Amino acid sequence: MRSPKNIALSVLLFCASVGAWEGLVRLFEVPAFILPPPSQVALALWRGFGSGLYLQHLWHTLLETMLGFIAGSALGLVLGTAVALSRPIEFFLYPYIVMFQSLPKVALAPLIVVWFGLGLTSKVINAALIAFFPLLVNTMVGLRSADEERVSLMRSLAASERQIFWMLRLPNSLPFVMAGLDVAMIFALIGAIVAEFVGAQKGLGMLIQSMNFNMDVSGQFSILLILSVLGLLLNRGVMMIRKRVLFWDPSEKERLDQERLSA
Amino acid sequence: MSAPHLKVVTSTAKRPVIEIAGVSKTYRTQDGDVPSLRPLDFSVGAAEFLVVVGPSGCGKSTLLKILAGLLSSTDGSASLRGTRIQGPRRDIGVVFQAPVLFPWRTVLDNVLLPIDVQGQGRERYLPAARDLLTLVGLRDFERRYPWELSGGMQQRVAITRALIHDPAMLLMDEPFGALDAMTREHMNLELQRIWMEKKKTVFFITHSIPEAVFLADRVLVMTPRPGRVVDDLRIKLPRPRGLDAMTAPEFGEYTRHIRALFNVKGGLDA
Repeated sequence: MRSPKNIALSVLLFCASVGAWEGLVRLFEVPAFILPPPSQVALALWRGFGSGLYLQHLWHTLLETMLGFIAGSALGLVLGTAVALSRPIEFFLYPYIVMFQSLPKVALAPLIVVWFGLGLTSKVINAALIAFFPLLVNTMVGLRSADEERVSLMRSLAASERQIFWMLRLPNSLPFVMAGLDVAMIFALIGAIVAEFVGAQKGLGMLIQSMNFNMDVSGQFSILLILSVLGLLLNRGVMMIRKRVLFWDPSEKERLDQERLSA
Repeated sequence: MSAPHLKVVTSTAKRPVIEIAGVSKTYRTQDGDVPSLRPLDFSVGAAEFLVVVGPSGCGKSTLLKILAGLLSSTDGSASLRGTRIQGPRRDIGVVFQAPVLFPWRTVLDNVLLPIDVQGQGRERYLPAARDLLTLVGLRDFERRYPWELSGGMQQRVAITRALIHDPAMLLMDEPFGALDAMTREHMNLELQRIWMEKKKTVFFITHSIPEAVFLADRVLVMTPRPGRVVDDLRIKLPRPRGLDAMTAPEFGEYTRHIRALFNVKGGLDA
């Protein structure tokens, strides 16, 4: 697909749709607080980055997201391992985990801001809470999904349970864990933004909120653009790690082959 | 060992490696006991190639699991080199129907898995691993990953892995059952070659009668529900056997004889 002709076509399509947006907004005189023309969004982007305002808030949101992602993933990994390995822990803990799972965790954000304040902590905690679940479930399923024949092989070698864990169950769970990390990364960003909505002094979510009060719609559009690029880059980062870690995974290989085919 | 047996000790090679005495297996289910294996008695000598042939449900896999220490018998005892098998042990090598390789390990690392499990120095076994890989024709593939190999090559890695810790006995559970017919014949030749070189005691399970006759020094014929041995047959074909051995009249007589046993017992009419 990635022939020069197609690339040119894709660029042309992009320019045409942006041009149509600009033209239609001007033609029908749509007010800027409803739908700003792309030229104004670009201007807002330019001003925002020029004054250093966006960069400062972007950095803050990125920090919250990364810290929340790391804390949430670590917690999910540890708890998922505990639940997968211990029947008692599963019996006593899992019902609460399931209950917590069915709760829309976004609804917790106001409480968390009340408990942990307007600063960094409440955002990291909220991001971590939301990121934690996919890791927990995937780690649990991954650790339990070891092929019965491989377990038999390890047993026939007189391997201890500890050895079966380290040599078989853990590496075997990696495709699941990586898929969990994929989701957790985006969830952490959502968690950070939502907590910023509820109450914050810094961050892109807070910026959107204050622009909304000022009816600065082109500003909001520019932040949305930044957020989608940020989400994309974070996702790409996880995928790069995944490719490194899972070079041996057949499903990963298929995916790569498909990407190569469609490229 | 008591004094009167001193004379026997001088000829340990003749002593059986595997001794099965009254081994039986009954599965307890909600609907009552299901006998899987009738009491069995037999022994396997050193460097003997024993093949158990029978249709599915005849308990041959149960028997192998008992020998591997993965399953306990309901009654009787199975011993290896004079000691009872009470659980998995390190002087046994097992090859399963699927290669069961670890995809995150290279061929060499897969072969060294038993050494890692036993916590022995890899360095010490590296030459042995390379020799074995040369023996099975995979010396140039040691850095490859399992998914880069064909099914037959993967199974050869599995055989190498089963041999690396120099076990007293090799258990093989329909190791070539998942391979296509041509690869399977080739693997039979390879296995014979490896066995003649390594002189291991082999306990091999299959439901293919020609495969059994081709490989075996001795064939145990089992019939199902509940599993029991109906014949213990010595295969007196000269070694090494080539694929043309399969067309020899004696070969045909052995296979006909075994097939007749199944037909009489209603085992393998299909």
